[in-house]
Amino acid sequence: MAKMTYREAVRDAMREAMRADPRVFLMGEDVGKYGGAFAVSHGLLEEFGPTRIRDTPLSESTFVGAGIGAALGGMRPIVEVMTINFSLLALDQIVNNAATLRHMSGGQFGVPLLVRMATGGGRQLAAQHSHSLEGWYAHIPGIKVVTPATVADARGLLLAALKQADPVMMFEHATLYPLEGESEDGTIMEIGRAALRRRGKDVSLIAYGGALGKTERAAAQLAQLGIDAEVIDLRSLRPLDTEMILASVTRTHRAVIVEEAWKTGGFAAEVCARIMEGAFDALDAPVARVCGAEVPMPYAQALEQAALPQPESIVKAVQGLF
Amino acid sequence: MPRLGADMTAGKLVKWLKRPGERIKRGDIIAIVETDKANVDVESFLEGALEKILVQPGDERLPVGTPLALIRTEAGAEPAAPAAVAAQAAPRVAVPTADAASAMVPPATVAPAAVAPAAVPPRVVPTPVPPAAAGERARISPAARNRALELRIDPATLTGTGPQGRITLADVERAAQAAPANTADTRQLRMREAIASAMARSKREIPHYYLACTIDLGRALAWLAERNAGRAVTGRLIYAVLLIKAAALALREVPELNGFWIDNRARQSEAIHAGIAISLRGGGLVAPALHHADRQSLDDLMRGFQDLVKRARAWSLKSSEVSDPTVTITSLGERGVESVFGIITPPQLALVGFGTPLERPWVVGGQVAVRPLITATLSGDHRATDGHRGALYLAAVDRLLQQPEEL
Amino acid sequence: MSIHKTAAACVNGREHGLSLLRQMLLIRRFEEKSAEIYSAGKIRGFLHLYIGEEAIAVGAMQALSAGDAVVATYREHGQALARGVPAGRIMAEMYGKANGCSRGRGGSMHLFDAERRFFGGYAIVAGGLPIAVGLALADKLQGRLTVTACFFGEGAVAEGEFHESLNLAALWRLPLLFLCENNLYAMGTALARSESQTDIHLKAQSYNIAAEAVDGMDVLAVESAAQRAAAQVRRGDGPYFLELRTYRYRAHSMSDPELYRSKEEVAQWRGRDPLALFEAYLRGRNMLDDADMKTLEADAANDVEWAVAEAERGGWEPVADLERDVYGSVAA
Repeated sequence: MAKMTYREAVRDAMREAMRADPRVFLMGEDVGKYGGAFAVSHGLLEEFGPTRIRDTPLSESTFVGAGIGAALGGMRPIVEVMTINFSLLALDQIVNNAATLRHMSGGQFGVPLLVRMATGGGRQLAAQHSHSLEGWYAHIPGIKVVTPATVADARGLLLAALKQADPVMMFEHATLYPLEGESEDGTIMEIGRAALRRRGKDVSLIAYGGALGKTERAAAQLAQLGIDAEVIDLRSLRPLDTEMILASVTRTHRAVIVEEAWKTGGFAAEVCARIMEGAFDALDAPVARVCGAEVPMPYAQALEQAALPQPESIVKAVQGLF
Repeated sequence: MPRLGADMTAGKLVKWLKRPGERIKRGDIIAIVETDKANVDVESFLEGALEKILVQPGDERLPVGTPLALIRTEAGAEPAAPAAVAAQAAPRVAVPTADAASAMVPPATVAPAAVAPAAVPPRVVPTPVPPAAAGERARISPAARNRALELRIDPATLTGTGPQGRITLADVERAAQAAPANTADTRQLRMREAIASAMARSKREIPHYYLACTIDLGRALAWLAERNAGRAVTGRLIYAVLLIKAAALALREVPELNGFWIDNRARQSEAIHAGIAISLRGGGLVAPALHHADRQSLDDLMRGFQDLVKRARAWSLKSSEVSDPTVTITSLGERGVESVFGIITPPQLALVGFGTPLERPWVVGGQVAVRPLITATLSGDHRATDGHRGALYLAAVDRLLQQPEEL
Repeated sequence: MSIHKTAAACVNGREHGLSLLRQMLLIRRFEEKSAEIYSAGKIRGFLHLYIGEEAIAVGAMQALSAGDAVVATYREHGQALARGVPAGRIMAEMYGKANGCSRGRGGSMHLFDAERRFFGGYAIVAGGLPIAVGLALADKLQGRLTVTACFFGEGAVAEGEFHESLNLAALWRLPLLFLCENNLYAMGTALARSESQTDIHLKAQSYNIAAEAVDGMDVLAVESAAQRAAAQVRRGDGPYFLELRTYRYRAHSMSDPELYRSKEEVAQWRGRDPLALFEAYLRGRNMLDDADMKTLEADAANDVEWAVAEAERGGWEPVADLERDVYGSVAA
């Protein structure tokens, strides 16, 4: 156990992986000399050199595709895309190639690739740097999607991702980088397991990534109001730990899903549908969602905050179920 | 399990009256089912042979729609297609009541009123159970519904405390804790809750209008006295039977008051089945049907009426009696009230009420005279009819009662 | 349009000459049979025929060894056959059979063969280029003296991934051989209608990549250019770019109304048919006679017949296995 920030946890995990496995290398925009747009890779160039810490031109599609090719060629690449909005430039490679190759080749080829990127809003970066599109990626069979919300998970899920035989997309909510917490050494996590962050009997609050902290604060406020909320951190959107979700809702009979992404077609809708399919008879109230407002992310602080789920809006949604 | 009332969601199978292999004619009573309101006979609307009994009598509350037995019909001649059983009934409520709730405890002699003409027997629909109309579905969470089934609590008897009045798990648990142990009490309690639910719904959904009309009963009572004179007690008529017949016949003239409000529109009934409000000892009431009240003789109506009262109090009404009424007639005569403005039994369209006949000064031919007067009232569903039609109806009742010999 | 006249290449012995012709003939007959089977409804989906372009796959593949990698497009039967992927497994794949080279999951556009380092057909135009960049990067990082040969059509030149990939390959001096099959039409769009600069190899040169244009109808010209290019790539001198000028005789996919080109133009190119040219070349040098030709044709017909028989014989992948090979097991 060591106290560190989320940013350091990601960096330490990459360092550990590169020390342990010569096949692992990092590439992306400004990951080397600049030290990473979010300073995640700061210091790695000095230790591993430019061969393994590779700055790329601004060509997301090709350096993500090159990650796929390198994985096919026997390497264990980590590709950093600066933000999720930029990852759209690489959607072709991720969706048409990374996700399909194993199946399309009849199982002959796999793509053990880790693609990391920052996601989410809350930093007044407006409508081209703030969205939460991880749910789009979770739509796609062939890739795995992890969303660490804690320092320990940032490390654990990254190391687990590098053990996968398949492409993993890791979404790091940008407001989490300075978050401090305990990082656990040595444990290899299993991708696809949610975490029970708080036990409660009255309602299941289901969140992931940047929404987890707000959800936990909401749970604390609800406790003051006499509502005992359970909090589930999904950690992985694909595969999704449906079992834990259903078990929890079966105990509490109520569910509220919290997500920064837009409500329409969002990942919360998927979770909601799983609950309907698997725990309908246990429900004592309709499943509720607290999601981002249906608007491109505005710049002004008050507007941006209003566009994001907040502990207050979560509390209100929960109260509406009783 | 047939649905024997709009609010019925489950029932217990008390007894089978037919054995496997036995022939069954249309209208045969094949089983007895206990609802929250009564033990009810289950009639078969099919002809054939009882192929197989699927459910044995017991304490289990079976949801409406549960197949109870298979009847092989001959019409089909298709042996692989036995018709699933059971009587089926249109979704009709059997619980009318009046605003004057305090007057509900009945004396030994009942004083309901009644009646009506009518026509075709209810059409048989061979599916086991009709789904409840969308608008009638109570808000209840899936968890609460399941818990209620487990605890054998009829959700229809519950009042929801959740958002939008939804019945929640907590409501069911509370009801379970409050439920009394003894069956008779439970039955009463459930009936009370069923009445509460039906009446609350009626007041919530049906925009009532109320009309009243004072009718001179002098000629009718005089005719009745003359007719009863010299007859054995068992052959005598009571005046309530005249009221039932008049009320039923008048519906032929204003048929839009007879029938149901289903799926946002009025559906007139060709048959006139008068639901007669009968209060029970220990509280509560039912309003089983006198079928085709408009077509029965006064003597038949009298017999039918007495039989209904007896069986209602023994909790042994037939399913069709409970579910068929197309209108409700209530009389609080002999309780001393002058008039009753009743609450319509959903999904019916109207309720006819009669107060106590009282001797009053009344102007007859320019002279003040003492006459026995009765106040007839009509509660109408304003979605289906307007006061003008209602007024024509009460006028018809008045006119009919002035010619008792024609009834 | 100018074709760079490179020094006339010579065939390296009769056996080699017959081998080249045999391979081209196999591709031609295999594809003709495929079209026939497609018409009969046994091959479904898209079927992009390579007829007219055989000299490129066969010529270029002579420069590659077993350790090299091949990345191709959706028009890749020729490359797969020339690379040695068994014709029967290719045909079975087009039938959608379990004994197909992609277990019936890929079809005509997605042929794969790990054993032969045939990394597949990519059906998003230019989508294979970044993959090839990565394969070459992996080789470089692992110190392997191998070549990744990346085939793509001239239509890819308009895509951003083409430019990004050339840039990155040149920037990182990756062992990558770009093989641009310029058949003049991206589906129905003529090169001059989509590119401001139609001499494609000049674009590659602008990225500081050694590049040349080659007569893609001349198998010997392709072979010698590929040998030259591969040797340079293998030396670690960075990527090499060949623009191979050729022509597709058939429709873009099986049939189209061919509104975009004239019959005269097609006829003119048929006059430069790579098989006919090379046959004449061999006959002119007394390396081929009628009996040889008869034998070659009989061999090709036989191979195709066997391929069809293998496809027919194959079983269907059970539907119960629908979801296999979406994920692998956790690797070490």
